[in-house]
Amino acid sequence: MDFTFTEDQIAFRDATRRFLMTEAAPEMLREIWETDAGRSPELRAKFASQGLTALSVPEANGGLGFGDVDWALMAQELGYYGIPDSLADTACVAVGLLAGLADDTPGRDTWLERVVAGSIRIAVGHPINPLVADAHLADLLLLHDKGEVHAVPRSAVDVRASQSIDQSRRLGQVTWQPTSATRVADAAKGQGLWADAFDRGALCTAGQLLGLAQRMLDLSVDYVAQRKQFGRPIGSFQAIKHQLADVATRIEFAGPVLYRAAESLANRRAHASVHVSHAKLACAEAAWLAARKGIQVHGAMGYTWEVDLQMFMKRAWALDAAWGDRGFHKTRINDFVLGDGASLGPGRNFME
Amino acid sequence: MDLTFTPKQQAFRAEVRTWLEANVPRERLASYDTREGFEQHRAWERKLHDARLSMVIWPRELGGRGSDLIDWLIFEEEYWRVDAPLRVNQNGQLLLGPTLMEFGTDEQKRCFLPRMASSEDMWAQGWSEPNAGSDMAAIRSKAIRDGDHYVINGQKIWSTRALFADWTFGLFRSDPASERHHGLSYLLVPLDSPGITIRPIKALNGMEAFAEIFFDDVRVPVGNRLGDEGQGWHVAMATAGFERGLLLRSPARFQRTAQRLVELYRAQRAEADRDPSIRDAVLRAWADAEAYMLASYHTVGRMARGAKVGAEASTNKIFWSELDLTMHETAMHILGAKSELLDHGEDSGEIGQWLEGFLFAQAGPIYAGTNEIQRNIIAERMLGLPKS
Repeated sequence: MDFTFTEDQIAFRDATRRFLMTEAAPEMLREIWETDAGRSPELRAKFASQGLTALSVPEANGGLGFGDVDWALMAQELGYYGIPDSLADTACVAVGLLAGLADDTPGRDTWLERVVAGSIRIAVGHPINPLVADAHLADLLLLHDKGEVHAVPRSAVDVRASQSIDQSRRLGQVTWQPTSATRVADAAKGQGLWADAFDRGALCTAGQLLGLAQRMLDLSVDYVAQRKQFGRPIGSFQAIKHQLADVATRIEFAGPVLYRAAESLANRRAHASVHVSHAKLACAEAAWLAARKGIQVHGAMGYTWEVDLQMFMKRAWALDAAWGDRGFHKTRINDFVLGDGASLGPGRNFME
Repeated sequence: MDLTFTPKQQAFRAEVRTWLEANVPRERLASYDTREGFEQHRAWERKLHDARLSMVIWPRELGGRGSDLIDWLIFEEEYWRVDAPLRVNQNGQLLLGPTLMEFGTDEQKRCFLPRMASSEDMWAQGWSEPNAGSDMAAIRSKAIRDGDHYVINGQKIWSTRALFADWTFGLFRSDPASERHHGLSYLLVPLDSPGITIRPIKALNGMEAFAEIFFDDVRVPVGNRLGDEGQGWHVAMATAGFERGLLLRSPARFQRTAQRLVELYRAQRAEADRDPSIRDAVLRAWADAEAYMLASYHTVGRMARGAKVGAEASTNKIFWSELDLTMHETAMHILGAKSELLDHGEDSGEIGQWLEGFLFAQAGPIYAGTNEIQRNIIAERMLGLPKS
């Protein structure tokens, strides 16, 4: 029993953090927001050079062979720095799908190797999400049809863009025709792959939400420490302190839920889906509380375009319902907790 | 990250489970807030101690078992799984015990800790005074040096079960000219000392659960001082917040309550579902109790790797006390018009326990440092916000 990360995992996380701190400052994110594509090819190339795209690609395909537990840390950094990119869709969710295909599936190895090299963007069209993130820029789309997995080139789909309140999210309605040539997994195999892909997408979203919560808390702490009213920093007033203490508390108790979900998913534990849903809810609640308290303690400045808080609030609001809304995840919790034979109570922790 | 128990940990769990199932009292003990119940609980503590299970993380030579914190979590899970009796000597064992380990002389440790582990000595805390609650540095009770003794005059309040306990521990002003955090000394005082008067205070449940202690020229040997003279504040505060935050209330306790709440809801579902918010509250209870458990394992793991746990321990206190209150509120809503009843007759099972727990849960956000004080600690020491 050791519910911690290894020194290597922490070191990789810290290196990523230092990299994102310099390469993804809020001013740069704002510049990327204003572009038509909403994405920076340079940033994406740097992700690859940092090893981020290789993270969970199997070693046989030139990747690092890490997994969901590493993504629990990495996704937080993507959230904290508000990365305007669907990196996790390509490097975690799509990689999981591709790696799960039969070894001799045409294209599988090439695609995985291109993910490592950073030369491919893969969008994932899971039916839980009505729109597909980054479909407009994707080189390849992994799409769902009656349980099957289809790998479809961008040229074979029609994308109608829909704007999100979060300008870093680029969503599209995808119209396409499944054919036997695009099918890479039949429904029998596809069902399991899509179920895993869903949990992986939800896990990465939860991690980003937790990172966003921490970023909004940090921005709020900085603001209330320097903003003065009545002759003193407003952060010295208990009415402000206690709101931010509540955010810190929610964050503190969401992290371990996220980490357990990652471990469950990585080790295919019986209740991994319940644990993922728990993580998604806990992290989403922390993020929304951080947004709500964050804008409150920023006063009118929090309602402006100018102050950076807005970028992270909008991401948190948008990601809340991505990869399953609260109703979906709460239903999975409900079915477990209130189902027959649920192993609740002390003395059974970590045993299934 | 390895979320499986080692064979050694599994064996320890099996041993604890077997022992508890054979030894846990069949009948519920009387409330430990009565003299009769207090002594029943003392006898139970003795039994636990004889099996070396009363203080599993204490060193063997001091009455413990020398186990690590993972084993402590396992012990607590098994303990709450079978609804074993509440721990009557916790204020001594968890608030004073770690401080004694850190600041006590070898003689003090040998003298006090084994008898605390076995509950031959029962301890009541003597921190608060009528004008020193959250503002504990406002302590006025004096302990003036007279040769090899201190002479104590003053008053302490909210001393849990002091009416029945053997000893009290607390801070006293040994330098009468001092102010605030300075000039305080940490003293251990036998409650049968001449000059002590104990007056019970009835709690919400009508029980004499705590007391005022009056000191009138009470003489205590200098050897009963913990740490240096005048350093009492430092001694009291230095004991890691971890003990207060985690050891005081293990996650198993709340997981057990959440489990009982789920069972109550399932048994009364037709009635309960008339209020649609109840199901959500039940699911939240499970989720938050689970989160507290996970956070505890995470913290224990980090500590085993050498991490220091500081102000974030204050988040624990807020989290469990609010969770406990919310769970009991939900149970009261499910029980509806029956919830107010003290007597449910013979076939009512554990319904009455919810009311009892509901009353006790009211105190959670207040004792061991109010949640307002905890929020200040989080804001100032964890987030670095300026002092008020």
